[in-house]
This record gives sequence, structure tokens and C-alpha cells, in this order.
Amino acid sequence: MTQLIVMVLYLSLLLGLGLLSKRMFRGTANDYFAAGHSIGPVMLLMSVFGTTMTAFALVGSTGESYRTGIGVYGLMASWSALVHAAVFFFVGIRLWAYGKRYGYLTQIQFLRERYESDLLGLLLFPILVGLTIPYLLTGLLGAGSVVVSLTRGAFPDVFAATGGGVPPWLTGLAVCTVVLLYVFFSGLRGAVWANTFQTAVFMTAGIAAFFLIASKLGGLSSASQAVLDARPEKLIRGEAISPLHFFSYCLIPLSAGVFPHLFQHWLTARSASAFRLTVVVHPIFIMIVWAPCVLIGVWATAALMPDGSPVVPLGSPPNVELAVMVERLTTPWLGGILGAGILAAVMSSLDSQFLALGSMFTNDIVLRYFGRRRISDARQVLFGRLFLVGVVIVAYLLSLLEPRSVFTFGVWCFSGFSALFPIIWAAVYWRRATASGAVASIVVTAAVWAALFRAGDYGADPGYLFAGMMPAATVFVFSTAALVLVSLVTKAPSEAALAKFFPE
Amino acid sequence: MAKTAIYLGIVALSILHHDPWFWNDPTLLFGFLPIGMAYHMAYTAAAAALWYLALQYAWPREVDRFAESGGDS
Repeated sequence: MTQLIVMVLYLSLLLGLGLLSKRMFRGTANDYFAAGHSIGPVMLLMSVFGTTMTAFALVGSTGESYRTGIGVYGLMASWSALVHAAVFFFVGIRLWAYGKRYGYLTQIQFLRERYESDLLGLLLFPILVGLTIPYLLTGLLGAGSVVVSLTRGAFPDVFAATGGGVPPWLTGLAVCTVVLLYVFFSGLRGAVWANTFQTAVFMTAGIAAFFLIASKLGGLSSASQAVLDARPEKLIRGEAISPLHFFSYCLIPLSAGVFPHLFQHWLTARSASAFRLTVVVHPIFIMIVWAPCVLIGVWATAALMPDGSPVVPLGSPPNVELAVMVERLTTPWLGGILGAGILAAVMSSLDSQFLALGSMFTNDIVLRYFGRRRISDARQVLFGRLFLVGVVIVAYLLSLLEPRSVFTFGVWCFSGFSALFPIIWAAVYWRRATASGAVASIVVTAAVWAALFRAGDYGADPGYLFAGMMPAATVFVFSTAALVLVSLVTKAPSEAALAKFFPE
Repeated sequence: MAKTAIYLGIVALSILHHDPWFWNDPTLLFGFLPIGMAYHMAYTAAAAALWYLALQYAWPREVDRFAESGGDS
């Protein structure tokens, strides 16, 4: 019960903060969807980091290291440290500049004009929506599985089916409602304020959980030594991860360059200089969040209760390892704080994802095809809000379906996003990239990704590789080849487009 | 010259990510940190340092001018 009280208090505080930011809302579409390009370095760092890290980083990393060992850190965290910052430095800053100068609020607006193709926008829209919704679901799945574990036994009569824990459907409903409320009223500014607070909360909660769990296991050395004695294979990569598999993960973090919600956060920057802090500190923040979670996951493989039974029972459902370790080894208060931290990690991505989807429906469909000039600024905000509600309802209903491993589910979404990265890169750096090339790349990406997703049993096979590598590698190669080959044999972009996007 | 060095640094870090020397080594550094993971944590710090240098020597100064030279809609 204590855990639940702490989490409810946290949600209330967050809601208050989000709504407080409404006082700064200027009533314009630019302010609702891009916070009026007013965000400085610290809030940009915190909001971008909070948006990038979701349940995938906390719950997924712990669960995956429990299964495969420490290699997870190198797979995801250290590659992300290099590649995410590269994406911010080489792509994010330039996309922000295009957005600021030409007033773009979505990626599709930029790509449509850069490639001079309406078809491109129509093709990209369902793909970006289709990839963002499953990614968003990883957050809801992660939150649901953690809260049910942390609150087990609190309501034995009301929620008998979940052992008295708050069921995932109720957690999802609470999370969606709180996020919807503050984003609905305050737009992206509310999300930025909330994310800044939430990032601080989930980083602090992760570190606190790490040291308290270590203490309960007899200290850092005892916790790791137990693994060395009982499960030494978890302290190496060994055969759990092949070298080719390890290398091919470098493509996964490229997905950050294509996330619609991250694009939207880049737009909020006050100036290009505001990115500087994010580029340097983002890798350090990744280490602060991932290293404790990976170690907790590895410790969980050998941690025992006083009666000699494993802390994490064999055959536990996916995504619960972190919550079980906290619930069984620390105090209810810390359980509540960690629960709040995980909710923070989840919601700091969810709010931006919901808003990005609402923005895409409003700007890329309604305003594009029903006339921006005929629709006032206030109406644009209204449309954004209505679509936001629709997206939240659909996402919530989808989250009630079968839970898959957060890590596996997330990686498939990232594979799709990363395969679209060549289109973004070429739009910024390659003058010869054409609309036909981009369209070919999208079609090939969709076809190859769908074929591999089917071969991987629709995400149910967590160890699925193609040619010994992540499926992302194959999709990426095909996507890039289609873009380059078709661009080279089709008519170059117009002089007007080149002058607009590649000024001397 | 400085920009080239930064780009070479990015290539070097990309190669150094692959670390066969610690692949099967379960040694615990400081008694608790698996050495294969410690390497990648140091790698993470090195990435941050490289990006700091990139900001100093390869910052795209033209981007701010480009953004500010047009009207914000």
C-alpha cells in the first residue's frame, strides 16, 4: 500500500507541474507543438534524455541483462552514447534550423518540401504512426508489469487475479489519463517541464535502488561475487552474443534520428547552442541510467532470499525483474519511489509520443489537405488536442493485448526507425537525393521489415537474427541501396529546392 | 584539420567498440564491476569527451545564422 501511495503522490505532483506550465501557454499552434522555440540548454538536455529513455532503458535493460548478461550494456548503452550524440550533432541541429527558419512542426513537413513530394508524406505518415504506437506501447507494458509486482498483496480481495497487485489495465489507465491531462492543456511546453522533473526522478530512483539492493545483497562486491560463483556466464558476453550480432547493434540507436517525438523536442530549442549541453552530457546520462540497471539484472541471476530461494522466481513473466528485486530486497518506501521513477521514465516518453502523433494528424493530414489558411491558430490547437485524445485511447486499448518482452518489442520498432534514417541523412547532406529515391527506400524498408518481422514470429522470438545480425542491419542496407541507386538514375531535385535547403 | 581529427576520432571509437580482448573475461574490477562492462563504461565517457572536443573544434557555426535569417512562422 505504501508503494501505491508514493506513486499516486508522484502522479499528482506531476499533474500539478504540467498544468502549471499552462500559464505560459500563448495559445498559438507554434507554442502548442514546439513550445515557441524557447527552451534553453538544461531543459533541452533533460527533456530530450527523458524522451529518449523509456521503460526500455530501466525495465528492458534489467530484464535483458538478467537473460543474457552484461553484454547488454555494450549492445545498447555504449553504442547509444556514441550514436545518439552523433545524431544530435550532425542531424538534430540542422533539422532544428530548418524547422526554425521555415516553420516546420513535423518531420513530414520538412521531408515533403525537401524532396518536393506529396507522395512521400503520404507514405511516411502511416509508417511513422505505425512504428511510434508499438514503441509507445513498450512504455505502457513496462509500467504495467512493474506496478503489479510492486503492489502485489495490497488489494487481495479487489484484484485477486493479480495476487492483489494493481493490474496493468489500471496502471495504463492512470498513466494515460495523467499524461493526457497535462499535454492536452499545456502542449509540448507542459511535456518539457514534466520531462525535466521526471528525468531527475527516474535517474535518482535508479541510483537509489542500485545502492540499496547492493547493500541488501551484502555490498557491491558480494553481489557480483555471487554471480561469479553461480552464474559466471552472465559476467561475459561468451556465446550469448556473437561478435556480428554485437556489431550490428550500432544501427539501432540511429532510430533516434527518426523518432517523430524527438524531432519535436529538437524544435523546442531556443538556439543551436542550446544543443551543446545535450550532445556532451547525454552519453554520461546514459551511463548513469544503464549501468545500475544492467548490474541489478545480472545480480538477480544469483541473488537468493534467506531461505535459499531465488529472489526472482524462475519462470517469472518478462519485465518484472527490476520490480521484484526492489520489492523483495528494499523497503516499501523505496519500492514506491522506484515505481514512481519507472512511471517517470515511461511518461517522459509517452507525453512526447502522444503529442507528436497528435501533431502529425493535425499538421500532416488536416491542415495539409483541408487548408492551413482556412483554419485559425486556435482551431489548429483544438485539432491537435482532439487527435491527442484519439491517439491516447487507441494506444491504451492496444496496451490491453498480450504483453511481449519490452526489450524485444522495442528493438523491432527501433529497427524500422533506423532503416528510415538514410532518408533523413540524405535530406540534410546529399544534394542528389531525390523524391523517387526516398520513396523507393521507404517501400523497400516496409517490405523487408515486414518480411523479417514475420520471420521473427511477429516479435515473439526474442533471439531472432538474420545472417547472424540484427534484422535492422539487413533493412538498413536495403533501404540505403534503394535510396542511392534510385536517386542516381532519377531527375535531380529542382534548383529552388537546392537553394532552399543547401544555401551556399 | 581539427574537424578531420574529430571525424577520425569518431571512426576510431566506432572500431574500438568491438573489444574481443574482454569478451570472455569475467574478472571483477574493484571487486564488483565486470571488466567487459567497465570497458564499455569507459568507452561511454570517451564518447562524451569526443563530443566535447567536437563542440570546440567542429561546431557548425553557420547553422544559427541560417536559422535566424528567415522568419519564424
